[in-house]
Amino acid sequence: MILDGKAPTGPIETSWDRSRFDMKLVNPSNKRKFKILMVGTGLAGGAGAASLAELGYNVEAFCYQDSPRRAHSIGAQGGINAAKNYPSDGDSIYRLFYDTVKGGDFRSREADVWRLAQVSNNIIDQCVAQGVPFARDYAGYLDNRSFGGAQVSRTFYARGQTGQQLLLGAYSALSRQIKAKQVTMHPRTEMLDLVVVDGVAKGITVRNLMTGEIESHWGDAVVLATGGYVNVFYLSTMAMGSSVTAAWKSVKKGAYMANPCYTQIHPTCIPVHGEHQSKLTLMSESLRNDGRIWVPKKAEDCDKHPSEVAEEDRDYYLERKYPSFGNLAPRDISSRSAKEACDDGRGVGPGKRGVYLDFDDSIKRLGEDTIRERYGNLFEMYEKITDENGYERPMRIYPAPHYGMGGLWVDYQCQSNIPGLFVLGEANFSVHGANRLGASALMQGLADGYFVIPYTIAPYLASITPGTVKDDHPEFKKSIEDVEAQTNKLLSINGKKTVSELHRELGQVMFENVGMGRSEESLKLALKRIPEIRDEFWNNVNITGESRDLNQQLENAGRVADYLEFAEMLTTDALHREESCGGHFRVEHQTEDGEAMRDDENFCYSAAWEFKGAGVKPELHKEPLKFENIQLAVRSYK
Amino acid sequence: MNLTLHVWRQKGPQDKGKLETYPAKDVSSDMSFLEMLDEVNDKLIKEGKDPIAFDHDCREGICGMCSSVVNGRPHGHQEKTTVCQLHMRQFEDGADIVVEPWLAKAFPIQKDLIVDRSALDVIMQAGGYTSCHTGGVVDANSLLIPKPVADFSMDAAECIGCGACIAACPNSSAMLFTSAKVAQLAVLPQGKAEAKDRVLEMTKAMLDEGFGNCTNHYECQEACPKGISVKFIATLNREYLKSFT
Repeated sequence: MILDGKAPTGPIETSWDRSRFDMKLVNPSNKRKFKILMVGTGLAGGAGAASLAELGYNVEAFCYQDSPRRAHSIGAQGGINAAKNYPSDGDSIYRLFYDTVKGGDFRSREADVWRLAQVSNNIIDQCVAQGVPFARDYAGYLDNRSFGGAQVSRTFYARGQTGQQLLLGAYSALSRQIKAKQVTMHPRTEMLDLVVVDGVAKGITVRNLMTGEIESHWGDAVVLATGGYVNVFYLSTMAMGSSVTAAWKSVKKGAYMANPCYTQIHPTCIPVHGEHQSKLTLMSESLRNDGRIWVPKKAEDCDKHPSEVAEEDRDYYLERKYPSFGNLAPRDISSRSAKEACDDGRGVGPGKRGVYLDFDDSIKRLGEDTIRERYGNLFEMYEKITDENGYERPMRIYPAPHYGMGGLWVDYQCQSNIPGLFVLGEANFSVHGANRLGASALMQGLADGYFVIPYTIAPYLASITPGTVKDDHPEFKKSIEDVEAQTNKLLSINGKKTVSELHRELGQVMFENVGMGRSEESLKLALKRIPEIRDEFWNNVNITGESRDLNQQLENAGRVADYLEFAEMLTTDALHREESCGGHFRVEHQTEDGEAMRDDENFCYSAAWEFKGAGVKPELHKEPLKFENIQLAVRSYK
Repeated sequence: MNLTLHVWRQKGPQDKGKLETYPAKDVSSDMSFLEMLDEVNDKLIKEGKDPIAFDHDCREGICGMCSSVVNGRPHGHQEKTTVCQLHMRQFEDGADIVVEPWLAKAFPIQKDLIVDRSALDVIMQAGGYTSCHTGGVVDANSLLIPKPVADFSMDAAECIGCGACIAACPNSSAMLFTSAKVAQLAVLPQGKAEAKDRVLEMTKAMLDEGFGNCTNHYECQEACPKGISVKFIATLNREYLKSFT
């Protein structure tokens, strides 16, 4: 099937304004008749729930954490992009649009990206009005820094905790609506099924994580803002509870999953140090503003103390290969270069999977105090984890899974192929293409939540009668029975392996074979191994405790069970895409000097996969991508 | 390294609970404290026992979900560190380690090391915001905020809402938590309009939720993983007094 993203036609500069005018509205006095379910309360969900409630809709919001303030948006460090052009360095909405489309390696939908760039400026205004303490200069004006993939300074930041501050802003707006009783908040509640009635999303089934009770909620629309899926690699920068479950349960009810193979492996993370490790820690990309990345030129220098490696024996490989962007080359390119250096035997640190991020020159130029002020918390974090002082010797970094550009397929209205199911933020697929640039995840989450969904949900709501299907409908009872059946099945296995052991096995298979370099051979190997691990899981996992109780093993087991199915779809997508683009690098498709080689003739489309059963090949649907404003070109950062 | 853990086990909110002893063997000094607990849990599961329930999520010290008292100190003895960022190299081989949940009337224990901190959300709902609607706000640079003011506000805004300050306080006061939000907004032009109501509503919610008051022990500042200063409590008190003028 050919999918239609329903993107507006005509001049891109006015596309969002014209669409907004064309959208049906819901009369203010009718808004209170509708109930919207918001699943996930990070940047996209928190901002969306608050904004919809301000408009007068009744909102029920759900999160698995004990408070919406803890969503993993909080982990974002570096900043948020906007086309304010405050530094007057040549930025514009058009340039942000252009950089994002190019940064995504021409695999995103132009109109969606334009809208994102256009509303980026409103986001900064909104956050400042909420009291987000962005960095300022002494005159009181907002400060900017640079990020990868851009040659202008357009990134707003709040020390190394921008995500935290923006999330707390959205959380405060949400708190205000909770107090006003316009939002009913359900913390410690996990979505375990989507209820679809006659092909339309009408509710969700959830588990109360404190009591284990399974219950259903009806709504006139369901909005998922449930984040990304890269915990499929086990070790990642995601929070431990981040999962694909809400999205995957929707896929099993008919929603399409688009471009899952576009995964971002972030270049600047603290390297893996042991078998027992539970997660990887990101060091903000902003460090690349002042840090220089290098490895020794000769493998025999790798065991030396870095200060003993002479300047001429160091390979500043990003500066060498990409002179115009240097250490600020985009993430996919920087990560792959780090992997190449290590594959070449020139990695540093335990296991030789690391490269240096060196602040020596910047400290000499600016002084240690300036560096401390800019990145002090990151240096502290680095020292806590590695027991090394980043001011005295170069940090060691290595790429780690960080973000999923793919996600549930949505049209321009953020509506999935299931009517009534909307998807926001990292959980959808539309704006980052095959690679996300730094400081644009926060931008997308807040754009979708504050400035997109409040408009785009209205035409759908205006077309239905509120409250026609409630939780007394038989589909709700069936959904609860299905969830209970899976829970009971998990608890009855009584095998020998723990959930985390099996998750780790899956992660190793995925990182080695479906990670930064993918080949037909490695992908086929993964497609053989994933079902084997899944079989073992369903026959040999051991989950103690009961269903009607706080049971963290059971929670994890449900998430890993979904990853074990989702991983197969991700790998199938990677195998079918016979080209290299952004975060998807097929070793068969590269130029002579190792750069990604796209195939626009055959693969200039988004791949949306329809679930056909676990272990059955999913069905491919294509949404052709048209580039009418930006010419398809080889993405070069040299 | 080999350690002996004494961990608070409690089946549910109504259960009495008690300390149970578990060995933690072959612990790597590079592990985080929670990774060490993961290993102990994997062993318990293999023995068919219920693993230790504890809250955690981001494991990078920012979400504020993790919350254990280690050897009598919230988040353990390392300065400005959440328990997820506490590493085993901070302990001696052969040590005994006591692990307990946050203890405060307003934080009822749910299971083992997990407590209910929704009272903190209630304080935020009472006034921890500026009442701006989405859209219809002024350009960000039309509000000039000098760097020292922005820095002061940011110092307060760094609070991760973990509740260590309350667990450390002999009065179980939420004054540091509440003051951090009051102070963050009070110094900013966009927060001044509602400053009076905010401080009154938030402090009232704090007392209504069962938190005590501040009697200047400063244990909160000592325990805070983000180093939030007690100077913000002074700001709160000034704002409180100002609200009557």
